[in-house]
Amino acid sequence: MIPATVLPSQVYSLIAFLFQFLDSFGFIVLATVGLAIIFGMMGVINLAHGEFILIGVYGTALPFHAGVPLPLAMVMGVVVTVVFGVIVERTIVHRFYDRLLDSMVATWGLALIISQLLLIIFGSSLDSISTPMGNVGYGPFTSSIYRGIFLPGIALLVLAGLYVLFTRTEFGIKARATIEDPETARAMGIDTDRMYVSTFAIGSGLAGLTGALYAPALGSITPGRGSTFLIEAFVAVVVGGPSVIVGTLSASGLLSVFNATGSFFFGTFVGQMMMLVVAIVALRALPDGITGYVKQWRQRRRAEQ
Amino acid sequence: MSHPNVSRRSVLAAAGTGLSLSIAGCAGDGGGDGPTVGILEDRSGNFQLNGTSKWQATRLAIEEINEDGGLLGEEIEIVDPDPQSDNSRYQDLTERLILQDEVDALWAGYSSATREAIRPIINDHEQLYFYTTQYEGGVCDNTIFAVGSTARQQLGIVTPYLADEYGDDIYIIAADYNFGQLSGDWVNVLAQENDYNIVGEEYIPLEETDFSSVINRIQDEDPDFIMSMLVGANHENFYDQRATAGMEDIPIGTSTTMAQGHEHIRYDPPALTNVYAGVSYMEELGDEREGGTFVDDFYDRFEDANYLNQEAQNNYFSVYLWAEAVEEAGTFDQEAVIEVLEEGQDISAPSGELTLDGATHHMEHEMRVARADENHEISFDGQRRIEPTFLREEVEDGAGCDLTTEDRTTQYEPNDVYDV
Repeated sequence: MIPATVLPSQVYSLIAFLFQFLDSFGFIVLATVGLAIIFGMMGVINLAHGEFILIGVYGTALPFHAGVPLPLAMVMGVVVTVVFGVIVERTIVHRFYDRLLDSMVATWGLALIISQLLLIIFGSSLDSISTPMGNVGYGPFTSSIYRGIFLPGIALLVLAGLYVLFTRTEFGIKARATIEDPETARAMGIDTDRMYVSTFAIGSGLAGLTGALYAPALGSITPGRGSTFLIEAFVAVVVGGPSVIVGTLSASGLLSVFNATGSFFFGTFVGQMMMLVVAIVALRALPDGITGYVKQWRQRRRAEQ
Repeated sequence: MSHPNVSRRSVLAAAGTGLSLSIAGCAGDGGGDGPTVGILEDRSGNFQLNGTSKWQATRLAIEEINEDGGLLGEEIEIVDPDPQSDNSRYQDLTERLILQDEVDALWAGYSSATREAIRPIINDHEQLYFYTTQYEGGVCDNTIFAVGSTARQQLGIVTPYLADEYGDDIYIIAADYNFGQLSGDWVNVLAQENDYNIVGEEYIPLEETDFSSVINRIQDEDPDFIMSMLVGANHENFYDQRATAGMEDIPIGTSTTMAQGHEHIRYDPPALTNVYAGVSYMEELGDEREGGTFVDDFYDRFEDANYLNQEAQNNYFSVYLWAEAVEEAGTFDQEAVIEVLEEGQDISAPSGELTLDGATHHMEHEMRVARADENHEISFDGQRRIEPTFLREEVEDGAGCDLTTEDRTTQYEPNDVYDV
């Protein structure tokens, strides 16, 4: 702990604010990224996104309570969610590509089935897992290292990893070609079916990763917790716009700045209000989201030149 | 990929608003000729964690009575569809149970929002209704018996206890809806009566899971103790984050935690260390009746049950309260049964010897302070009988709510009497 006399109290408040921002930022990025991949790359609105995350939570918590060390349990949580995602893609979701409204109804039904099955099989709650890594203290305040440093760090790594995967690798180029124009892609010898499965598996894996990471930061683990992630995820996807990675990053940044500012100065209620008001204003002013606006702006500039 | 006329993003935006829609459904069976009891307790959805043991304990009591030969020589039939924590479903089912199944008594609902959602239907049909959750208090209603302890009873035992022990500076955090707001008002009333200082007060949306700003604000104010009326699965996260922040040395008083959601069992220590709950009952208390085996009976009947919570005990003893009134009235006729209940009834409950106050339809409860230590072991202290004084002698300028002499379907709030 830094002794309280070294720095004026405003500095401590500023640090507290920074941690609150990072906490919120990490949460929104991780809640959003799986949904954004599946929606942005495949045109499927996965209303079961929250339940996919929940499978990651259960897939982590169950082995952890059985004695598996937490990091290994988290890996198991991700694997379980990927396997589940692939099964769901092959049996259900592949019938719904390009059928936007149908995909919503189907995945919503899936969400209800998953959460009810979790209730029936595992009962009304699992024991919670304490947040690891302790806290960092400064002046009168403390902040969680896991929520305030580790999770936002992972969130940035995930985004960077996705950027490399989809722009710098052969897989990424094939996947994007499949999304843009499946027929031509097939004509060029790309196995589009495999691309769809892989992309959906990545989206599911990211949902699983979010679940695994939040298993020890979620508090209670009950079959209804999937909805915890859904509001932030939907708002961020809509505000972010068509570009998956830059959209997720910019929307999460914008929303968490306002969320943290409202929470810091006025309380959690105002924080949530400000985040939603910003989302409404952003949609009114930038109907194609942040990245849609940037794209248009670039095109206009190019046309002017 | 082709782009249809509907833009993906507009659909996505619409999807967000549609998420809260729920499916209406129908389940259940017809009414019979014999006595019928309705149980509407949540076994799925948001409140299943608390609702399931309420449902179990109600069934247990009725099955015990049936095994003992029934009531007035008749076997009691149970109608108990799952309302799934959904208030509109509650309204449909309440109407169905009253009109179609013609239930003789109804046990229903976990949250205050649910109770208020079905209260107009209860009033329309003058249905005998037992609401058993601990709640903000103040319901003065002809056919409703609110047998759970009220905020004045729960906060009234735990707040002074903590102030005596730790000091007068209180920080209030509560859920941002009718129950949380009114509970916060009650802490303010207690502060006025006893000269405590409220150093901070925050009402937190039920969806919130991130308490880092709340924790920093509490650290900034450095109160002697916190009064927490947080509610639901999202809010439980506060206790884990409090432990991560190393704030176990700031004690917490509560009316909502531990006795319902058994957080002291579901969370690893030290999350709930130094949490003090004002309760009428918890499983750890056992059975205060001579030779009583309530907890064992409960787990014998429901082997997979998670916890026997405070609310479930209220369901249990209120079934017996009703049964004794039926025996005395000699009929299942609701008006006659209510008349007997309004004479005031003593009842032996697992939580102690209790008395129903006929005039207010509320209970004189044996209240105690339950504390979780650093290993989450529960100990009880400061037991005291607390009467429903708010309704009996504070409302209506001291005249009180007297349902034996007048018709009422109101709910009084602390600011009807106090300046909060």
